[in-house]
Amino acid sequence: MNQTLAVRTENLSVSFAGVPALDRLDLRLAPGKIHGLLGRNGSGKSTLAATLAGFRQPDEGRVLIEGSDLGTALEPYENAVVTSRICLIRESGDLVDAAAVKHVIALAASLRPYWDNELAGELLDRFEVPTNKRVQKLSRGKKSALGVVLGLASRAPLTIFDESYLGMDVPSRNLFYDALLADYAEVPRTVVLSTHLVSEVSTMLEEVVILDNGRLVTQSPVDALRGRGASIVGPVAAVDEFTAGFTVLAEERLGGTKSTTVLGDLDPVLLAEAAAAGLEVGPVGLQDLFVHLTAPTGASR
Amino acid sequence: MVFDDRSPIYLQIADQIKSDIVTGALAEDEQVMSTNQYAASYRINPATAAKGFAQLVDEGVLYKKRGIGMFVAPNARDLLRTSRRDSFFAEVVDPMIREAKAIGVPLKDVVQHIRHYGDA
Repeated sequence: MNQTLAVRTENLSVSFAGVPALDRLDLRLAPGKIHGLLGRNGSGKSTLAATLAGFRQPDEGRVLIEGSDLGTALEPYENAVVTSRICLIRESGDLVDAAAVKHVIALAASLRPYWDNELAGELLDRFEVPTNKRVQKLSRGKKSALGVVLGLASRAPLTIFDESYLGMDVPSRNLFYDALLADYAEVPRTVVLSTHLVSEVSTMLEEVVILDNGRLVTQSPVDALRGRGASIVGPVAAVDEFTAGFTVLAEERLGGTKSTTVLGDLDPVLLAEAAAAGLEVGPVGLQDLFVHLTAPTGASR
Repeated sequence: MVFDDRSPIYLQIADQIKSDIVTGALAEDEQVMSTNQYAASYRINPATAAKGFAQLVDEGVLYKKRGIGMFVAPNARDLLRTSRRDSFFAEVVDPMIREAKAIGVPLKDVVQHIRHYGDA
């Protein structure tokens, strides 16, 4: 049985030339779960992924990795004990272009303590990655596939895929999703999938972290977010009165009718109240909720 | 099956299995998929699938045999049919009547259609 790792960040800030990429993040990633790291492009997902993996030092605050075999919580930066248990796969691949695929695999096998060579071979076959070719000769899709193979076969207690599978076509991405779930069932570990393709991965996630402009928007079990948004439609005054106590995500007016998207649990009492006031209440899907939660400031908030 | 992202997936899983029991696609005392099989087949998180199955065990629709798996409870179909019958008029018939009125279909036409359809 593999170890799984928990992750904690405290007041984590990283900036580039004075511009904050991560802004005082306090996060907890529970061990042994598949977490989604969601956010628009430039929201700080990749910076967070790199900092969690110890590729980058925080400017302020810290990242702590906890696991039963680690003893105390440890910071990953420049700590090989921790980083040997973490695998970050990025879109760029971080691969040596001149090396042949089989040499990349051999290197990973020698460096990764939990490496499974049989799984690696099986996945290379399934993704049809030619092992004799040099990395630079691979298409973008095959390069991404190679990254995914490295990530899965590493079986690292904390495995982070930072949009690494976006270069793959839909059938290959589906192969990746199936392989991830199958291997996760066999060897449970902490997985982080960073993506902006919410609808494509949402069913595979257990928890989500939503970032916007380097800040934490929400962290929640993903099933709890489904059905948490509601659209309230009706006459302007009635809608405004009903939604006064809610967090309003978006508002739209069409003549005397208004549609307001709110965040919050609508219990049967509230639903009956809405019906009595002549209001229509509809569910808001996760994808729409995500769009509203991360909309550019001023656009729809 | 296709999941929508507007309600918790564990509830959608539970509802789907209930429907399969009501229609007879899943027989009483028949073994259901393991949560890992279910997760793999429908590409969903195993913990989510487990939660859906646990809910059905709590409701008495499924029962566990230790080390073997989960099975449809012997009285599950009756249990589900009874509870669906309770909500049938409110959830199925009433909306149909409202729609018929809204678009101007006389209720006698509806009744006639139901008789024909039911006899066919």
